[in-house]
Amino acid sequence: MLRVSLREISAALKEGQVTPTELCQRCLSFIKATKFLNAYITIAEETALKQAEESEERYRRGQILGDLDGIPVAVKDNFNTAGIETTCASNMLKGYIPPYNATVVQKLLDQGAVLLGKTNLDEFAMGSGSTDGIFGPVRNPWSYSRQYRDKCVQNSHPEKEDSNWLITGGSSGGSAAAVSSFTCFAALGSDTGGSTRNPAAHCGVVGLKPTYGLISRHGLIPLVNSMDVPGILTRCVDDAAIVLGVLAGHDPKDSTTVQDPFKSFELTCFTDASKLCIGIPKEYHAPGLSSETLALWSKAADLFENAGAKVIEVSLPHTRYSVVCYHVLCTSEVASNMARFDGLEYGHRSSMDKSTEVMYAATRREGFNDVVRGRILSGNYFLLKQNYENYFIKAQKVRRLIAKDFVNVFHSGIDVLLTPTTLSDTIPYVEFIKEDNRTRSAQDDIFTQAANMAGLPAITVPTALSEKGLPVGLQFIGRAFQEQQLLTVAKWFEKQVKFPMIQLQGIMDHGHTVSHHQKSAFFS
Amino acid sequence: MAASILGRCWGSLLAQRCRTGDVPVLHNGQTWRRAQAPGSIASGRRAGNSPAGERGVAPWVAVVGLEIHAQISSNSKLFSGSQVQFAAPPNSLVSFFDASLPGTLPALNRRCVEAAVMTGLALNCRINKKSLFDRKHYFYADLPAGYQITQQRLPVAVNGSLSYSLCVGGKKNQMVTRTVRIKQIQLEQDSGKSLHDDTRSQTLIDLNRAGVGLMEVVMEPDMSSGEEAAAAVRELQLILQTLGSSQAIMAEGQLRVDANVSVHHPGEAYGVRTEVKNINSARFLARAIDYEIQRQIKELENGQTVMNETRAFDYKLGCTIPMRDKEGKQDYRFMPEPNLPPLILYDSKSLPANMNHQQVVNIDWIRERLPDLPSVKRVKLVEQYGILPEHSFTLLNEDGLMEFFQNVVRQTQMNPKKVIGWILNDMLCYLKQHNLTVKESPVSSLLLADLLNLLERGAISSSAAKQVFEELWKGEGKTPLQIVKEKKLELIQDQQEFEQICQAVMEGHQEEVMEIKKGNRKVLNKLIGLVQRTTRGRADPVLVKQILEKRLSQ
Repeated sequence: MLRVSLREISAALKEGQVTPTELCQRCLSFIKATKFLNAYITIAEETALKQAEESEERYRRGQILGDLDGIPVAVKDNFNTAGIETTCASNMLKGYIPPYNATVVQKLLDQGAVLLGKTNLDEFAMGSGSTDGIFGPVRNPWSYSRQYRDKCVQNSHPEKEDSNWLITGGSSGGSAAAVSSFTCFAALGSDTGGSTRNPAAHCGVVGLKPTYGLISRHGLIPLVNSMDVPGILTRCVDDAAIVLGVLAGHDPKDSTTVQDPFKSFELTCFTDASKLCIGIPKEYHAPGLSSETLALWSKAADLFENAGAKVIEVSLPHTRYSVVCYHVLCTSEVASNMARFDGLEYGHRSSMDKSTEVMYAATRREGFNDVVRGRILSGNYFLLKQNYENYFIKAQKVRRLIAKDFVNVFHSGIDVLLTPTTLSDTIPYVEFIKEDNRTRSAQDDIFTQAANMAGLPAITVPTALSEKGLPVGLQFIGRAFQEQQLLTVAKWFEKQVKFPMIQLQGIMDHGHTVSHHQKSAFFS
Repeated sequence: MAASILGRCWGSLLAQRCRTGDVPVLHNGQTWRRAQAPGSIASGRRAGNSPAGERGVAPWVAVVGLEIHAQISSNSKLFSGSQVQFAAPPNSLVSFFDASLPGTLPALNRRCVEAAVMTGLALNCRINKKSLFDRKHYFYADLPAGYQITQQRLPVAVNGSLSYSLCVGGKKNQMVTRTVRIKQIQLEQDSGKSLHDDTRSQTLIDLNRAGVGLMEVVMEPDMSSGEEAAAAVRELQLILQTLGSSQAIMAEGQLRVDANVSVHHPGEAYGVRTEVKNINSARFLARAIDYEIQRQIKELENGQTVMNETRAFDYKLGCTIPMRDKEGKQDYRFMPEPNLPPLILYDSKSLPANMNHQQVVNIDWIRERLPDLPSVKRVKLVEQYGILPEHSFTLLNEDGLMEFFQNVVRQTQMNPKKVIGWILNDMLCYLKQHNLTVKESPVSSLLLADLLNLLERGAISSSAAKQVFEELWKGEGKTPLQIVKEKKLELIQDQQEFEQICQAVMEGHQEEVMEIKKGNRKVLNKLIGLVQRTTRGRADPVLVKQILEKRLSQ
């Protein structure tokens, strides 16, 4: 039952096939069964059961709040949740219990959703592996899938098996793993340079990064204010559209949200692809792109072409400057945003309190990991008076050029861009940690951060399994505030590729069958 | 109430300071009149053609610029909904944003923007239709976010001017008007307050003030003395209070002044400047600046150098002392505030038709509703009542005094030119002696008008009127007429009685009578005075003079 989509479980709840409490209990026990994935930092069992009970009462009275009523969800641990510890996977905020809900969390709760817990991440969302948080790395559920095990066993020694577990990607790896392993029906991530899409692709789920300004950031503990957006992770595109409809809209508490009212939409299946124009950015043929992913990407292009769509190669000439430019802007804002963590008002405070300055220094040294401290240092360097023009201002100018590249492409008639989401399928943890966080982030964000720089909506759709039996996702980038068009295309694509469902051996009971319409894989 | 105390301090301060010279050229503690037209100061070029000091040493010229932080009068803070209130219990007015809880975001308060636009217009500024917010970073315990949101790159208002007047010359009543250029007005957040408990070596933080809206008014270095700076600040204070954009009460920290001071020889480049902070009362502003000017001159004349540093004014010692720098040389690492879109203002032309009026600020709308500024009020007072310009200054400088004056004028037949004398000489004098504000005066405008009417009708003499005023001041609830009756202060109407009194005085002072008869008319006044004394002010001096003259000529 847990493996169905949000839409399906919502229907089941409405029909009384399952009660919110039953559903919540099942999810909770499954979270416990999959504890080794380390997807959750905090399990809010008590409040979740209470919320489920309240939902049940609403169902009984026939007064449900919406499609999400009674639906178990998870939230990345960098969104504020009133009364529930919010840590950002950092010593700095360990034990911190916020007094308020992030707007997106409040909106979920207002719709009757049941908040199961807070998911794991890289410390302060800085990373692309979900490996660099104080609660340890998140394990990719696909590490334990039959699809991967079958291939893996042929190539490796069984004794190595346990050390060969795979990373989820990041930084919203906990949310991706939670959705992928069926412990919840939707999860919130955050996306600054690809932090929702990257783990979604590696975990075989849908990851949506909405247009900047469409969803409130109030209560999301910021990484880069000018690029952060709450991300949505679900098992299918339809579900992402439902959650988007709940979350989108102006928030007076976030001045960067647009005033125009947002109309939630139901996705229709388009039948006529001939009016569609898909752009393939040539600059995305980046070094390091696996031949497998490249092949999938081009097959996907063919798929659209065969359906009658126009598929055109386009150019985004400033793409190659994007990663370095992102680095400057990201670290600068990080340096600024992290300044508030001084141990005075909240969070960790060092016992070294000889003077205020000594306390600041010790608090921040003890509270932040090397990655965070490294970014703070570089960011402050870029913001120094003597460097500001050469780095920050220049990066801002390049950012504008990158955004303009997209405007030009869309202006030329392209509806949606099709790109890879990641260079390849995911890799084992032991491989991943051979490189430092900075190098990894630069590589792993390569296809995703440009959409953040330009503020555009983008979605990754699980496309096929690699030779190793691991998911590969492809990314669609749409026009600003044209989520409906973007998701319609994504849904059509999703339907064509028939991505196989994860088969979790020994984790789920074997009695459940995989829904047959998803059995045949896209490119097997 | 504090406002008026302040006003009074200032009034007396001006009165004292006005006796010093014109634009002073300074030399180690002494003041000369500068051989230059005062108007040239306003151009920002100063003293380039000034002659060398009379004693063969080149004189010093001081340059003073001001940065003034005015707390915006608003119900809530600049970026949050917390209330703004003076002297509330510590940390009782702190929103999540004010405490910089992670994930909170700023939302700009429209009222604060309107106050800044209003102030900008009143100071003849160009209002920027697009302005931007920036973050200014520094670590300090009462700055919870580690940065202040301010307007560094593109402030809301620029290029304005402020005209102010001050007394010059040996006499108090010579007023000149000067102009200081306003570089910019920027919106920014206030910080919290740190209270250092040295005995327990603790610092206590109160965040009530954190995030309150400030207007930073930056004045160009167009002033050259403490006196000028004080007059400019006083005028700004009056303007802010008239607009209601700030209560501008210095004692409550709603108006805080930092002064940049340097000295140089005429014709040479400006000297190294110091910044004088902690000037939290109007009384000390002129004193702090003048002290700093003298200090710098002394340093330079002793062959020392002036260091570019921040100094605090110690009002107990009456001097400036170096402040310990917060973290050495600061690099504020400015960057754009990413959580606030550009602040866009409209005028009637650019106002989009479909815009919700609650969400936009229309510059023209604000301009049309600006109240009369102090300078306009003064001109009107002079024109309407025929009073002297300096009187109009005093009327505005005391909170409520202008209204009091106008009420009295409305209720009497007495010429306003005479009324103003009673207001400024008697009324104000009593208020100051008793340290009271106009509103606290035991003599209401109605009572004073009644009294002046008695005087005007000839029912009492002016010296009797002063006695009545003294009685009224006791605030016993008697009317002037009652006091006159009780004290028998009416003018003597009985001609015979009058003649007898005059006769008696003349008989008692034969020597004086002889003097007058010899032609020394001045002595006549003495006789008149004697008659007045005998009647305890109940004699009409004109009548007394007539009778005496008649009798002397007999």
